[in-house]
Amino acid sequence: MLIPHSENDAAYVIRTAAANKKALILCGGQTRSPDVDPLADIEVVSSRGLSGIVTYDPAEMVMTARAGTPVAEIEATLAENRQMMAFEPMDHRGILKTSGEPTIGGVFAANISGPRRFVAGAARDSLLGIRFINGKGETVRAGGRVMKNVTGLDLVKLLAGSQGTLGFLTEVTFRVLPVPQTVETIVISGLNNDAATNAMAAAMAMPVEVSGAAHLPQTVRSKFIDGKLPEGEATVLRLEGLEASVGVRADKLEAVMQAFGPVTRLGMDDSLTLWRQIRDIHPYADGTEKPLWRVSVAPSAGHQLVAALRLEAGIDAFYDWQGGLVWMRMEADPEAELIRRYIRALGGGHATLVRASELVRQQTPAFEPLPEAVAALSARVKEKLDPWGIFAPGKMGF
Amino acid sequence: MNQIAFLPAREDVLSRRKIIIADLAELLPAECLVHEARELVPFETDAFISYRRVPLAVALPKTTAQVAAVMKYCHRYKIPVVPRGAGTSLSGGAIPQEDAVVLCLSKMSRILELDYPNRTAMVQAGVTNLSISETVGADGFFYAPDPSSQLACTIGGNIGMNSGGAHCLKYGVTTNNLLGVKMVLVDGTIIELGGKHLDAAGYDLLGLVCGSEGQLGIVTEATVRLIAKPEGARPVLFGFPSSEAAGACVADIIGSGIIPVAIEFMDKPAIEICEAFAKAGYPLDVEALLIVEVEGSDAEMDAMLKSIVEIAGRHSVQTVRECQSATEAALIWKGRKSAFGATGRIADYICMDGTVPLSKLSYVLNKTSEITDRFGLRVANVFHAGDGNMHPLILFNANDPEDAAKAEAAGNEILKLCVDAGGCLTGEHGVGIEKRDLMRHQYNDVDLNQQMAVRSAFDDGWILNPSKVFPLEGRPEGRQDA
Repeated sequence: MLIPHSENDAAYVIRTAAANKKALILCGGQTRSPDVDPLADIEVVSSRGLSGIVTYDPAEMVMTARAGTPVAEIEATLAENRQMMAFEPMDHRGILKTSGEPTIGGVFAANISGPRRFVAGAARDSLLGIRFINGKGETVRAGGRVMKNVTGLDLVKLLAGSQGTLGFLTEVTFRVLPVPQTVETIVISGLNNDAATNAMAAAMAMPVEVSGAAHLPQTVRSKFIDGKLPEGEATVLRLEGLEASVGVRADKLEAVMQAFGPVTRLGMDDSLTLWRQIRDIHPYADGTEKPLWRVSVAPSAGHQLVAALRLEAGIDAFYDWQGGLVWMRMEADPEAELIRRYIRALGGGHATLVRASELVRQQTPAFEPLPEAVAALSARVKEKLDPWGIFAPGKMGF
Repeated sequence: MNQIAFLPAREDVLSRRKIIIADLAELLPAECLVHEARELVPFETDAFISYRRVPLAVALPKTTAQVAAVMKYCHRYKIPVVPRGAGTSLSGGAIPQEDAVVLCLSKMSRILELDYPNRTAMVQAGVTNLSISETVGADGFFYAPDPSSQLACTIGGNIGMNSGGAHCLKYGVTTNNLLGVKMVLVDGTIIELGGKHLDAAGYDLLGLVCGSEGQLGIVTEATVRLIAKPEGARPVLFGFPSSEAAGACVADIIGSGIIPVAIEFMDKPAIEICEAFAKAGYPLDVEALLIVEVEGSDAEMDAMLKSIVEIAGRHSVQTVRECQSATEAALIWKGRKSAFGATGRIADYICMDGTVPLSKLSYVLNKTSEITDRFGLRVANVFHAGDGNMHPLILFNANDPEDAAKAEAAGNEILKLCVDAGGCLTGEHGVGIEKRDLMRHQYNDVDLNQQMAVRSAFDDGWILNPSKVFPLEGRPEGRQDA
């Protein structure tokens, strides 16, 4: 593995690979890519040597860090100033049994977001500026360090979530937000998937600023906060903010949610643990290699997808983002084609195979295949950043 | 003021004008094609009125299929196409050129679907920004981005420019509220990106398209996010003895962990202009004014306003006006929202749009005054302070060419100042033609070449809005005269 310790070294490594048309796998702390084949003739380049916070002025709510900076270091520094990354990046180590340190570059390269994403935006929405090395070995700067910036094409969004196939991130600048003073969770018990979807939609239509809406069916409910959630399915709604207002909003929400089912509340400590466990897909950090899918569909379609699949495959699932993010663990076969066919039938979305045995991964496209015209356009875009196709060839499927 | 060059009109296109119009007439219903000289007048410019060009023709399609047919034709014959929504661009993004077909989406103005359980609206590109919030308001929802021109401007134009507004401190700009588009690529291919689900499969092409100023394709439909309307919103008005005090107060409010929905700043000239026009009761004995708006339940607003007033107290605030009623709140906003119109009544002006880091606000304000003083011009500052997006209005006399040239030169210096302070040329108005030739001040050749290469992936012949965004010199080979 190559671990450049400066942006110049990284550019040199990539220029050399480009000159020799040698493929490279780009990574951060490798917490999401456990298995680069050591025998394959592909060099791995990690950003972990480019580490450290470059600038951080809490009053501006903006941080600049080198791409290989551990997420833990960033979170600790932000916490000292009672700030946070609003998009709640998840930690994949539990479900993938990987070790190593998640890096901030990895978070943005894969656009990793957690439960707050459906109201506060994804990682890409917080990313203001980047520096990266393109496939020619050139150092490119895009975006900046201000929140509002429409100067030129938004290459920042393009690189966010490009999974290391368009450029090697060396530095990221992102927006941060204050940590809410307090957190409370409303739990509605005993709702089936259909009723839970309706309850979550009703909650999101209220002016109470719900910042997390998840549905935890019976099979997973006991895995959260040491089994402390009440008996039955748990539909959980998070409220955050000033102490003076969270209580008032919780009362309002509870009054409406009682029409759906019995309501209990979780205080701050349990809420923090619960939402971290939802973020990190705790029930499926099960030590297995059972295929695990991350599916994004319209909120109303999530439970319909699962219901349709259940008729044909053994699956376990729970829901975040008001029902629109479905985490599905397959009992046996990954059923990729089936899942993707149903997603299209239900109005569209995408499924990503996050975990599976090596054999299954070799046979299954991890990323959602794109319609022909969009795939062709994406391939043209990649060619403009990586003309010789040296960055993770084939990874995105076009 | 006519300093900014357009690409030379292509003779091969101009000489075929009649044929092109006849061909377009085959593709479009009669009421969807405009080509008579007097009918073309409204399309000569946009809200950047210093520049005008008469287009070859204007297509006003009613369907995505018609847009695709026009694009396919123009692509085949390499005819430049300038997309247009309502023509409210402040940077000249919709100004046509003599050899271009204007593709105006104003006839595609239907709201196609409201889906409250999924909190989305699917609309045609020509729908006005405000009409979405008006339509869903009674049901307790709104569409968050609210540019000042929201009564007229269209969603298609908002997507083209990634428009912001006063309330994006909390809710973000267009790109943060856009879930999907149907768009026509340069060769007439129709694609869909995104939808009611979140995040992209594959590359974030939606993020790339938003703010691409009509150079990557023609958006014909959009799916946008709806948000539950807050229970209430309440502004408070502060007057300060100096811009520095107001700027420091902004930084302190943000730093304290409170995120208001809006923090608007006005300096003394802006206060005087707005007060004379709107009679909003603004204090005239202060140097700077902040309007800070919070929203939520009464309890939440009370708590936030209490903290905010305390913070302002630490910055030698002279005037504090909390609202007792909705009428009073509306009056406070009336002054701010009429700022551009009120300024337009007393002089011609150009509106700058640079963004700077919050810590540099006072520095940039002072330097801005120095620059305009040096040119002998007046400047009024009214802007979104919470996100550092400045809007100096440089006043001048458009009938005096020398004055106009001075205003343009001063504006350029101010924008360079914003970049040098760690900010950018444009926060929400777009590059258009106005800031095109300053792009090299913000980006080096490698940065800009990378952007242009990606643009070429969508439009290899550079026929879409070709005179805009990228400096005419140094474009990829063969694209100078496209």
